[in-house]
Amino acid sequence: MTHIARINPIENVSRRFVLKGVVAAGAFVMAASALPGRALAAYATGAGEMPGGTVNNPHIFIAIDPNGLVTIVAHRSEMGTGVRTSLPLVVAEEMDADWNHVHVVQAPGDEARYGNQDTDGSRSLRHFLQPMQQCGAAMRMMLEAAAAKQWGVDVATVKAANHEVVHSASGRRAGYGELATAASAMPVPAPDALKLKDPATYRYLGKGTVSIVDLFDITTGRATYGIDARVPGMKYAVVARPPVVGGKLVSFDPKDALAVAGVERVEVVQAWPWPSKFMPLGGVAVIARNTGAAIMGRDALKIVWDDGPNKSYDSDLYRKAMQETAGKPGNVVRNEGDAEAALKSAARVVTAEYYLPHLAHASMEPPTATAHFVDGKCEVWAPLQSPGGTREDIAKTLGIPDKDVKVNVTLLGGGFGRKSKWDYALEAALLSKTIGAPVQVTWTREDDIQHDFYHTVSCERIDAGLDANGKVVAWRHRTVAPSIGSTFGPDPKHEQSFELGMGVVDVPFAIPNLRCENGEAAAHARIGWFRSVSNIPHAFAVQSMVAEIAHALGRDPKDVLIEMIGPDRKIDLSKSVEKFWNYGDPVSTYPIDTARLKHVAELAAKQAGWGKTLPKGQGMGIAAHRSFLSYVATVVQVAVDEKGNLTVPRVDTAIDCGYFVNPERIASQIEGAAIMGMSLAKYGEITFKNGRAQQGNFDTFQVARINDGPIATHVHIVPNSNDVPSSGVGEPGVPPFAPALCNAIFAATGKRLRNMPIGDQLST
Amino acid sequence: MIKLRVNGQEHSYDGNPSVPLLWVLRDEFGLTGTKFGCGAALCGACTVHLDGQAVRSCGMVVSDAAGHEIVTIEGLHPKGEHPVQKAWRQVNVPQCGYCQAGQIMQAAALLAQTPKPSDAEINDAMAGNICRCGCYQRIAAAVRLASTGV
Repeated sequence: MTHIARINPIENVSRRFVLKGVVAAGAFVMAASALPGRALAAYATGAGEMPGGTVNNPHIFIAIDPNGLVTIVAHRSEMGTGVRTSLPLVVAEEMDADWNHVHVVQAPGDEARYGNQDTDGSRSLRHFLQPMQQCGAAMRMMLEAAAAKQWGVDVATVKAANHEVVHSASGRRAGYGELATAASAMPVPAPDALKLKDPATYRYLGKGTVSIVDLFDITTGRATYGIDARVPGMKYAVVARPPVVGGKLVSFDPKDALAVAGVERVEVVQAWPWPSKFMPLGGVAVIARNTGAAIMGRDALKIVWDDGPNKSYDSDLYRKAMQETAGKPGNVVRNEGDAEAALKSAARVVTAEYYLPHLAHASMEPPTATAHFVDGKCEVWAPLQSPGGTREDIAKTLGIPDKDVKVNVTLLGGGFGRKSKWDYALEAALLSKTIGAPVQVTWTREDDIQHDFYHTVSCERIDAGLDANGKVVAWRHRTVAPSIGSTFGPDPKHEQSFELGMGVVDVPFAIPNLRCENGEAAAHARIGWFRSVSNIPHAFAVQSMVAEIAHALGRDPKDVLIEMIGPDRKIDLSKSVEKFWNYGDPVSTYPIDTARLKHVAELAAKQAGWGKTLPKGQGMGIAAHRSFLSYVATVVQVAVDEKGNLTVPRVDTAIDCGYFVNPERIASQIEGAAIMGMSLAKYGEITFKNGRAQQGNFDTFQVARINDGPIATHVHIVPNSNDVPSSGVGEPGVPPFAPALCNAIFAATGKRLRNMPIGDQLST
Repeated sequence: MIKLRVNGQEHSYDGNPSVPLLWVLRDEFGLTGTKFGCGAALCGACTVHLDGQAVRSCGMVVSDAAGHEIVTIEGLHPKGEHPVQKAWRQVNVPQCGYCQAGQIMQAAALLAQTPKPSDAEINDAMAGNICRCGCYQRIAAAVRLASTGV
């Protein structure tokens, strides 16, 4: 049984943490504990600590039509991971439905009904595999019970199989449609009475033979994303927002904007002071008959802004300040042995400093939302990773009860964490109320890149002490980065436990003297989680450093990596690290398992042909990192020509994510993670001058294109039986890529790249 | 009044003649399969065919599209069975899927002109289309598959 204690909001696994934790804690506990048939987990997860917890009631998730069509509800958001297919597939498998007669419908935001809907943190399968299995098993047993009752036979003598129930002794059979009404009247079996299928009989799970449910619609242009929402009588709007976060509107002149053909109104959008979680930045909206006219109208607006307290934010100066901070002791966040003394007495010390800049999410579908406020009620259609939280905040902001807000979740044209922050939905809701008509707010690409909740910027310094035998005896990691906590309230000016737990304090090395420190860094931009979050800078530093140590020792980097991870063991830092962050899940279920980490490193290396002789100008690099409770290792092979042109002919990534449902989608996530890793390593950088983001579109904020490679990513999934708890897939592929790439570049060229992005560093 | 021929049908638009074709297709004609990604012809999400050529509809003023034959993803094939669409499904290309209409239109235009493209020609032709999910490896595979018969 999962527990439902409300934890300190800033540490909460939920990326909605502050508001939910502070305001809605009581309401949540009531809702979660009062739900009938709550998931009784075979292994404990942290799902119960999430807003809404879990629900495993088949009546909520499954409907069977008398014609046999089975409708299954997808309550998590689809942004490309395949979850809208994978979780319903779990239900279908367990209830023995025929997938060809299954229809998937998307749940609106309603966490009291469906359980948690925060589709982030690589949590959907991890937290909902078991409840969905329970849903499906309950429905199967209800169908069997209905058939047995109808035929007057012992329920033990009937069996569900492929969309029908069969009584083999008599040869009687009844389709799910025929049994639908009777089955729905049967009592829902208690969780401890549920019998799950024997995995040996699975038809869908683990096979990778089912394509995503939206495939045909995507390839024909019929799939509906947020930007495609259409409501009769709707208007189209864009908003001019303060160019510096914390800035304010002073005055504006709408005359020229209103003179643009197609522009109908110009209205103020309410602003909230920074920081205020996901509340709108405010500004001036231009409302038109189409988005093109609205953009032209906005171009013609004359606005005076007060830039506020962040107007001097300069990312070059900030970088220097961070580097100074990393050169000095910071707050000690993990300490074993005596790293200072061991560094002093070490035969040799390897020191390096790494820098990773701000990143923008740049999902291909920018933030957009459509809202219709009428008769005191509000309906919203939007691409949202957190429709439950969106609904609550719209209700609060408009001063209406939750029940009068309906949040429809469309497909998401990418999310990467940006669409966990629903400021754009609030803008649409406020604007619809202002103009008394349905309205779609679309962010242009420039809006998206210049007003993002940016990935943090960080400076990482590591000092490693080696003894006379070349053994690593001291490790001191100083991390400096503005915290996501700064978006939610007074700036903590230090990384929070959930950020430090993503690759700093959880470093899995067997080093006797190990010290992690965190220096101060105040935020001057909106900082938010970006796919794999703080693992990006932390894994980059740690996994680059392993290769630097190997180079210092003249040894093979993979051998040194394996040696540094050390003996097979399960590490529990919950006693030695204050507020140790294990992705919100219990260490008892998800310990740090060094054997699994070493295994993926060996597997990736073997598949890549690690150690083979490569032509001049080519090299291989490796990195292995545990994140989101999964173990991932990547080997990148690069070729760098005399001019410094970088190509990546091959990538091998091994992932151990516990028991898995859809290996085909795991492969696609890992292939995509390599591209996203390539984007951030090669190009990714948002800089600030005078408080303003200097990039605006895909010319200045470049991302990897098809000709950037990698040309081929090979994905190797570690098979696991279903008693190995499922762990994350969407995010953990990203962190190892950039360090493996830069380690490969070093092997190929002898150039050690410590500052991201690579940019033109190879050609100069 | 601007008259446009889209997917074989006549449409008319009486609004601002200077807005990009993209927004007229999407917001005025309800053809939402064509996507907005950048507004600056940098990402290819808005790719349509104009007289058989792939063009970025975000970079073309609507009045300039009058008199031309425009095809959007909705009109590529009546049943969605253009070889490129079939190949895309066979290879399971999409993740989020948002950019895929533009990718498919770009690939269809490539194959209409170059039925058997080399890997380098595929890369060149598709390099203007960004996929942030990173489906490139499968995009290349699907174009190859479509070019060899699917």
